[in-house]
Amino acid sequence: MKRAFLLLATMLTSPAAAQTVAITNVTIAVGDGSEPVENGTLVFQNGRIVGASGTIAVPAGAEVIDGRGKWVSPGFVAGFSDLGITDAAGVSESNDAGARTAPFNAALDVSVAINPAEVKIANERLGGVTRALVAAEASNSIFAGEGAVIDLGDDPQAVTRSRAFQFVELGEGGGRLAGGSRPAAYAALRDAFTQAQDYRRNPAAFGGREKESLVKRGDAEALLRVLDGTVPLVVHVERASDILTVLALPREYPKLKLVLTGASEGWMVAREIAAARVPVIAAALADLPAQFEQLGATESNVGRMRAAGVQVALASTGNNGGEHNLRQYAGNLVAISKVPGHTGLTWGQALASITSGPAAALGMDGEIGSLRAGRRADVVLWDGDPLEIGSAPVSVWIDGRAQPMRSRQKALRDRYLVPTEGALPKAYER
Amino acid sequence: MILRTNMAGRWLAAGAAALSLIACSQGDARPKTASSKAPPQPYARDPYPSTYRAYPGVPTVVRNVTIFDGEGGRIDNGQLLFADGKIVALGQSVDAPADAQVIDGAGKWVTPGVIDIHSHLGDYPTPSVQAHSDGNEATGPITADVWAEHSIWPQDPGFSRALANGGVTTLQVLPGSANLMGGRSVTLKNVYSRTMQGMKFPGAPYGLKMACGENPKRVYGSKGRQPSTRMGNVAVDRATWAKAQRYRTKWDKYEAEGGDAPDRDIAMDTLRGVLAGEILIQNHCYRADEMAIVEDMAKEFGYKVTAFHHAVEAYKIADILKANGTCAAVWADWYGFKMESYDGIGENLAILERAGACAMIHSDDENGIQRLNQEVAKVLASGRRAGIDIAPEVAWKWLSLGPATAMGIADKTGSLKPGKMADVVLWNGDPFTVYTRPEKVWIDGALLYDMNDPRRRPVSDFELGQPGSGDVK
Repeated sequence: MKRAFLLLATMLTSPAAAQTVAITNVTIAVGDGSEPVENGTLVFQNGRIVGASGTIAVPAGAEVIDGRGKWVSPGFVAGFSDLGITDAAGVSESNDAGARTAPFNAALDVSVAINPAEVKIANERLGGVTRALVAAEASNSIFAGEGAVIDLGDDPQAVTRSRAFQFVELGEGGGRLAGGSRPAAYAALRDAFTQAQDYRRNPAAFGGREKESLVKRGDAEALLRVLDGTVPLVVHVERASDILTVLALPREYPKLKLVLTGASEGWMVAREIAAARVPVIAAALADLPAQFEQLGATESNVGRMRAAGVQVALASTGNNGGEHNLRQYAGNLVAISKVPGHTGLTWGQALASITSGPAAALGMDGEIGSLRAGRRADVVLWDGDPLEIGSAPVSVWIDGRAQPMRSRQKALRDRYLVPTEGALPKAYER
Repeated sequence: MILRTNMAGRWLAAGAAALSLIACSQGDARPKTASSKAPPQPYARDPYPSTYRAYPGVPTVVRNVTIFDGEGGRIDNGQLLFADGKIVALGQSVDAPADAQVIDGAGKWVTPGVIDIHSHLGDYPTPSVQAHSDGNEATGPITADVWAEHSIWPQDPGFSRALANGGVTTLQVLPGSANLMGGRSVTLKNVYSRTMQGMKFPGAPYGLKMACGENPKRVYGSKGRQPSTRMGNVAVDRATWAKAQRYRTKWDKYEAEGGDAPDRDIAMDTLRGVLAGEILIQNHCYRADEMAIVEDMAKEFGYKVTAFHHAVEAYKIADILKANGTCAAVWADWYGFKMESYDGIGENLAILERAGACAMIHSDDENGIQRLNQEVAKVLASGRRAGIDIAPEVAWKWLSLGPATAMGIADKTGSLKPGKMADVVLWNGDPFTVYTRPEKVWIDGALLYDMNDPRRRPVSDFELGQPGSGDVK
């Protein structure tokens, strides 16, 4: 019975297509930091990439797609996103990102809330986004809970990995959530970790059920996964000094797998971040002193960190236009390379920053985020340069499965291309 | 299609009339009326006048450049000459004076400066701390008495980013949308100054920010007061316009005939200015059905809606907007962040353009204002895929002449027409690709940003001496 259940679960989470697809004569952008290669062939089979190069043979029986004049890239990996957990973020009834009055925090597991039918998923898929790092929002504690990696496929199973990371606020936002100051946030962090360790030593003696208890049993279990390094801890900080404070945490908690996000002033301590081998998921174009913790913000942040050896990726956080704009951000980091004084990214690095970069930050780059052999076949065929604003996907595959190229936005567009009503009301046009 | 009414001209005419009345009341040239009433004392229309002065420039000719003139025209391998702060000539070749500075524009584009009709730079400046929250006087749903210019912090670091990354030369700063009538807007040249007045665009008419939809009813409904519904929004608006009509009648009569001055009401001054066509309505509104109601309300009380802002559903009523001569100022692709933005689509602006409605891009955002050219590029691409082909030079109207028209300053800026302000951007490539950045920005002919010269990179007082002061941003 149990085995049958597991088998079913496996099938549900891997709706990979069995057929073989070869895209020929196409410009291939692998997404691993390398520069694009013209006139290549990409082959994927059973939901996985077989290979991408100028010399690979087209297997017999493959569906062959002529990619002449087109580009192929991995789908974008958007983090941190609310795809699947909000229908419209401002509509509280539809929003599962925050749980302000819940008694739990680190235990909140967003994977149970993912709705693959949420309309933004199809809209963003048509913008070339195939995976998202879905994070809850810290609202009642410095801990937001456990985020998930999802796919944007048109099927009922969206979760690629649940408990993919724990998210914690330790800058200005963390101070506010902890009661008013950064020291309060760090005191809360240490107390929570200490309680988790108490729970491990003696679960029977652990309270965690009292109303006033700050760490419930579920929170303690989630934090033990962080302390053991089985779940990465994504830390949101912006200021250089906050980054250094976070980088020192592994001295007390040696197994922590840290990931920084935000990090507007990361360039000021880039060597230290690189030395600590902590990946960063940063907003590409945050160039304003939006808060006092971001006084050093510049669009060169990502490029300078990259140049110092930091493993960088771009974040899509706080974007009302949708996750598809990640490629615009990446393109801008190429653009600034021509501006004296700026440090941008090469084209290949820019693409990697929105594909393999975010995947690698969570240790998943062996699975998603590039067209290297063995990766899940999340493939986008473009009518031009994927980072260029004027380009758009022609076809999208997720786990090797061809995706429908329709969305609610397209349906609205088609209904109103001619805005005036016809023989019947607009409600009859579909 | 753009509004043809010269709003700025009307404002200036009204201002001139008011000045002459003041002069008359001080002298004695005015004929005595039979009733020998006290002569009228009009209130000041411009009590916080602009002190902006153009910075010096040199006669400049840009050669071998692709020109978008902002009115829909394009010149390949052309030349543009400006001098004394004004556009002088453009064409395949121009007669440049011998002392003109020559810039080779090979591979580059030159355009009018970008104009953002919807910004909160200065009234919601960064850092976005509570002490800087000066954009919404959210203490009552009708605050037509407040003026955004009295909130402007001229040291907002955001002005420099809009200049250097966005090529923005002019912007309208509005109050927020918490209120049905949020107060007056102010139009600024994007030139740092010690004072708000030093940035104020000379001769630009005021706008009145109005808002429909979710925000006002949420803000006041949550306080247990009117409005708490959309119908409440309209009811409060209508009651206010009815009052404004009475105020206008009293003051029109007084300013024509003199006698005892009516009571002064600062909020009603603004609404009277709207009813007189001197102050332009800039109306935050998302949903198509609500915009249609607002159009009828405007007719009911005898005013005009110059532009709907955000207008996420404008594409559904492009014909109605066209018929009313109302513009839509929109984002390229924002959607889905609140209920009334749920139906946003990337083709909004393209559908409006094809329907012949007045439309333009806007930012409402201190980050978006740095990339409005890229936002337009998105619209061109999604429009093309929907079968709506719009030439890039035509689309530049959405970035300059369109907003200039809806702000009542199209006679002064917004296109590279000889005689207009030399508000000019030289881009280091095609401005509708992601790989292009402003190379030089001139405002009134003065070079105020140069990508190759760190000394032409403004640093606001706030950023001076801070981490990254003077850095590329």
